[in-house]
Amino acid sequence: MLVNELKKSFLISLWFMFLTFPIMVIRVNTVENIIQWRWANLFFVGIGSFVLSALWRYLIRRKEQGIKKTEVDGVARVTLSQRLLRERRFTIPALIVIAIVALAFPFVFSLYQTNIMITALIYVLLGLGLNIVVGVAGLLDLGYAAFYLVGAYSYALLNYHFGFGFWTVLGLGAGMAALFGIILGFPVLRLRGDYLAIVTLGFGEIIRLIMENWNEFSFGPSGIANIPRPGFFGVEMNFEQVTVYVYFLMIALSLFTIFVVNRLQNSRIGRAWIALREDEVACQAMGIDKRKTKLMAFALGATWAGFAGVVFAAKTTFINPASFTLWESINILCVVVLGGMGSIVGVIVGAFILILLPEYLRFLSEYRILAFGTVLVLMMVFRPGGIVETVRRTYQYEEADH
Amino acid sequence: MDMEPILDVKQLTMDFGGLRALDSVDLDVSQGEIVALIGPNGAGKTTFFNCITGIYDPTGGDIMITAPKNGRTQRINGIKPNLVTEKGLARTFQNIRLFQNMTVLENVMIGCHCRMKAGILGAVLRGISTRREEEAVIQKSYSILKKIGLEKYVNEFAKNLPYGAQRRLEIARAMATEPFMLLLDEPAAGMNPQETRELDELIVKICETEGISILLIEHDMKLVMSLSDRIFVMDYGKKIAQGTPAEIRKNPAVIKAYLGEEIDA
Ligand SMILES: Nc1ncnc2c1ncn2[C@@H]1O[C@H](COP(=O)(O)OP(=O)(O)O)[C@@H](O)[C@H]1O
Ligand SMILES: [Mg+2]
Repeated sequence: MLVNELKKSFLISLWFMFLTFPIMVIRVNTVENIIQWRWANLFFVGIGSFVLSALWRYLIRRKEQGIKKTEVDGVARVTLSQRLLRERRFTIPALIVIAIVALAFPFVFSLYQTNIMITALIYVLLGLGLNIVVGVAGLLDLGYAAFYLVGAYSYALLNYHFGFGFWTVLGLGAGMAALFGIILGFPVLRLRGDYLAIVTLGFGEIIRLIMENWNEFSFGPSGIANIPRPGFFGVEMNFEQVTVYVYFLMIALSLFTIFVVNRLQNSRIGRAWIALREDEVACQAMGIDKRKTKLMAFALGATWAGFAGVVFAAKTTFINPASFTLWESINILCVVVLGGMGSIVGVIVGAFILILLPEYLRFLSEYRILAFGTVLVLMMVFRPGGIVETVRRTYQYEEADH
Repeated sequence: MDMEPILDVKQLTMDFGGLRALDSVDLDVSQGEIVALIGPNGAGKTTFFNCITGIYDPTGGDIMITAPKNGRTQRINGIKPNLVTEKGLARTFQNIRLFQNMTVLENVMIGCHCRMKAGILGAVLRGISTRREEEAVIQKSYSILKKIGLEKYVNEFAKNLPYGAQRRLEIARAMATEPFMLLLDEPAAGMNPQETRELDELIVKICETEGISILLIEHDMKLVMSLSDRIFVMDYGKKIAQGTPAEIRKNPAVIKAYLGEEIDA
């Protein structure tokens, strides 16, 4: 068995040496018109690919054995993260520690760090919102950044034209995003899976392109500058104070989001979403209005993107369509998928990792996106359920003492 | 039948492109009856169910229902499946369509959905009425599971249930929608003789104690003959016979359609 595996790795390394031969070994020196043969590189490629391929095979085998074991045992494997989440002894102290860190953060760390943290919290909002659509209701939405855009532009434009303040627009922006959620929802009601993904992707791009080209309305690619930061009963604040203020505002908004999303998931509507994800036909046959349920998922998901957009515009004081590309939608989707679809804790963890990891990988300079991509691929191979695999709280019946 | 039928289907026709899957089929079910719809594979039985339950919009004909509760007669051609269910017709599927990754209890709770009220605001605020409703639904679901004999699986995931139990869970889920009529598509398919016997008793019980009328598609002739008050026979999209089990057993057209197969029991 082992010999066989090693033989396969050996063949792969031979194949790699052959493939990379022209670029790794031969070098044409055009100045002196000679060819340099760098045989040492061949050796390194061979060793490197052999070790990596052997490691890969080993990890895959281990994973397969794990799966086989759960199949034989018949009991689902409870992961460490799931166990920790269930254990009250662990969760309560953890929550206290998180609360203290969250409260102290802007006073202990630099302004720069606080700003990164605000961005991460914005992604928590975005992730939790998209999680309703993708994770719970199972509707793959690749145009989610459009709702984020709607929120941001709602604030920027309403403020520019009518002087509306941050707090007024926070609600309005969310409402606008919800409205756009419904507008998108209607035409895609019949679509599922890949088709839905493609249409939502198109929708997201259309909204962005309109903003980019409709100069009279949105000021085109040059965007809108000088958007006021959020106010606090007219109190004058310097830049640092505002940042801390926005930070706590985001903490509050995140808590609010977690509260609402949690309640929604564990309700009649949340159940209907999960059932819709499981089987649309059966869902309808059980008396659930597919149209209404889907539209609710789109609207309620978009609402949080609206909130996040308003805060984003207020935080950066400048927005243009370039912030809301397909890449942004994919980023938010990564938050949900990486964290663990359908799991609130998972999405929060995913948001922090996805925003903080590239920040702290900066020392890798231009390789950081490559490193990040590698991490994502490895994650999906070895932990396809996400970092925190769904521990959906199921309804349990306990015999009551009557 | 002198009683007014609760389901009265007249001249139902369904075309798929050039294929006429249903050709002017008449069928009626009265309150408290158990009616069977039989016929060879591909006769159009499932298509008939799909038309009645709103999954297909029939090409022609009328589907009339009269809810025993208020005695109002309505035509339900082409309305949405969820509305059909709301009006009191619930169904099961030939190829089991449970919510596999939900628990048995949750599956039945989904059935209760259309009889509940809580909306978005209710869900978020979770006031006293929402909490009461949720509690009541859990109790109701459990009592249905008890009636169907699935209470020992209550907190299991649907996908982990044995096959026979999955079929019964489909019935439990349909009953949670509070129907006046159940449409069962091959409820005994894949069951062993013991399970089939239990199913026989269950269906009689549902009909007699719950007052729910039954229309079922079934291939198990023994089950059909012992259960049914009346039988309708289809072949190639057409109704070829109707009558009591005794009449059907002697009917030459039926014997011809089932040529080679035994209709004894
Ligand atoms: N959606 C559909 N599109 C095209 N043909 C269909 C469709 N549904 C059923 N049919 C055809 O209708 C006929 C009747 O099928 P069905 O109602 O499933 O038969 P039964 O349930 O009696 O075995 C078959 O020939 C089948 O191929
Ligand atoms: Mg069939």
